[in-house]
Amino acid sequence: MITAERKPLDEILELVGDKKKILVAGCDTCVAICLTGGEKEAEILASELRILAEKDGRAVEVEHTAAIRQCEWEYLDMIAEKVEAADVVLSLACGIGIQSLAEKFAPQLVMPAVNTNMLGMPQEHAVWLERCVACGECRIGLTGGICPVVRCSKSLMNGPCGGSHDGLCEVTTPEKEEIECAWALIWERLKAQGREELMFTERPPKNWSKSSSGGPRKMVREEAKPV
Amino acid sequence: MTATEYKAGSNLEKILSEGKFVVTGECGPPKSTDVTVIEEKAKILTGYVDAVNITDNQTAVVRVCSMASAYTAQQNGLEAIMQMTCRDRNRLAMQADIMGASTLGIKNVLCLTGDHMSFGNHPEARGVHDLDAINLIKMYKDMRDEKKFQCGEEMPIGPALFIGCAENPFADPFELRALRLKKKIEAGADFIQTQCIFNVPKFKKWMEEVRALGLHKEIKILAGITPLKGVGGARYMQKFVPGIDVPQDIVDRMAACEKGAPSQAEGKKIAVEMIKEFTEIEGVAGVHIMAIEWEIAVPEIVEAAGLMPRPAVA
Repeated sequence: MITAERKPLDEILELVGDKKKILVAGCDTCVAICLTGGEKEAEILASELRILAEKDGRAVEVEHTAAIRQCEWEYLDMIAEKVEAADVVLSLACGIGIQSLAEKFAPQLVMPAVNTNMLGMPQEHAVWLERCVACGECRIGLTGGICPVVRCSKSLMNGPCGGSHDGLCEVTTPEKEEIECAWALIWERLKAQGREELMFTERPPKNWSKSSSGGPRKMVREEAKPV
Repeated sequence: MTATEYKAGSNLEKILSEGKFVVTGECGPPKSTDVTVIEEKAKILTGYVDAVNITDNQTAVVRVCSMASAYTAQQNGLEAIMQMTCRDRNRLAMQADIMGASTLGIKNVLCLTGDHMSFGNHPEARGVHDLDAINLIKMYKDMRDEKKFQCGEEMPIGPALFIGCAENPFADPFELRALRLKKKIEAGADFIQTQCIFNVPKFKKWMEEVRALGLHKEIKILAGITPLKGVGGARYMQKFVPGIDVPQDIVDRMAACEKGAPSQAEGKKIAVEMIKEFTEIEGVAGVHIMAIEWEIAVPEIVEAAGLMPRPAVA
């Protein structure tokens, strides 16, 4: 799923500026599951903004709403009235949702209230781990179902670098937590599968033109288009 | 071997192909445009090493680029091994730079992944990692041997290169380490310099695996050495540098010495002992001395290890 984290309140206030009618728009799909941007979180942010405005003696009107999915036109129709009535919309959806909202209601001012951060797997309650970068050329069939593009800090394609130690990467997370070495995991998985030889086959350079390096991507399913 | 049979015809390649024990050194370019830094380091090392590695933004800290510094070293009479990391350049830049280096007379290149940006002075930088080191070795080999760019297009004259790689016998998983060297040989590496060695028994064990696979006959292996200046550095590397294995007995030896000259003398002594031990290991073709910001120690170590004079090449 797509995960996102709410921006710091100061940054949100800066984005809102001196606008009086504020709509906080949540999305009840991915960002709701990661407890960042669902209707409940939209309500909380709206309350925070109201309390702050009152404290600072600013007269603002803050409302909240949520779309089932902000990334689909038909669900946006359902919140159209509220969006159009606002001076600014603070979206708690992922980057796709925010842009869908901005595009559908252009030139309405739509601001991001979150930083979209990854395609993550919920490892346990309230913990998500990055598992995919949508590179457009999946090779995990050759790496025991573990993605080296996203899980190796250097996106190596041909095995561990010299910094792998005790199953850990030489890099730590920005929070200084240890990271597992993707290639140590891949090696263990391939051994368990009896497919060790895959480790010793040279993998050619990746075709990054299939990733965002190739420019904005578009997918069309001709067979699914209405006739 | 005639000149036409050499891949690049560098001193390094010639000495190795004659089966003589090689000594390489290392020079870190400065964090400023002070060209005298490289000139001074080159002066110290000339005559004592057969070629010198010029590091490429080592530890992810910005410095004068390896190509310009390699050129300066060569202008000062010291053959360069230009380091090239995958961290800072995509395949276009890595091909353009190696052709540029070749036109400047640089013949040796060391292909590396590169330390991660998070270790350096620009941790917010975007890491490139378009290719990995094995892809890079293969790309340079194809440019040299097939006269082909990575995309498959042909070029009339390819860069004459002696292609190196690094390997760390002390990284995990250990069982992969010799096999990984094999992969680098298959990609096209001509020589390998190891991570600095302090744990000699473990290095010997790795060499056993290398010999069992017959790899020492397919690639020239230079054993990495870092002379210790004091116990502080030894402890720091032991505790904090991933992939460096400093056994306790080495730390104890350094700890038993007084700071300053006695410690430095002990560090040099350990380096000399190791070099002598490495000359006895079947398949070790030379040593790579990485005296980090302590180049002045190198002549004495090389001398004491009985590796002088360095062989002259035609």
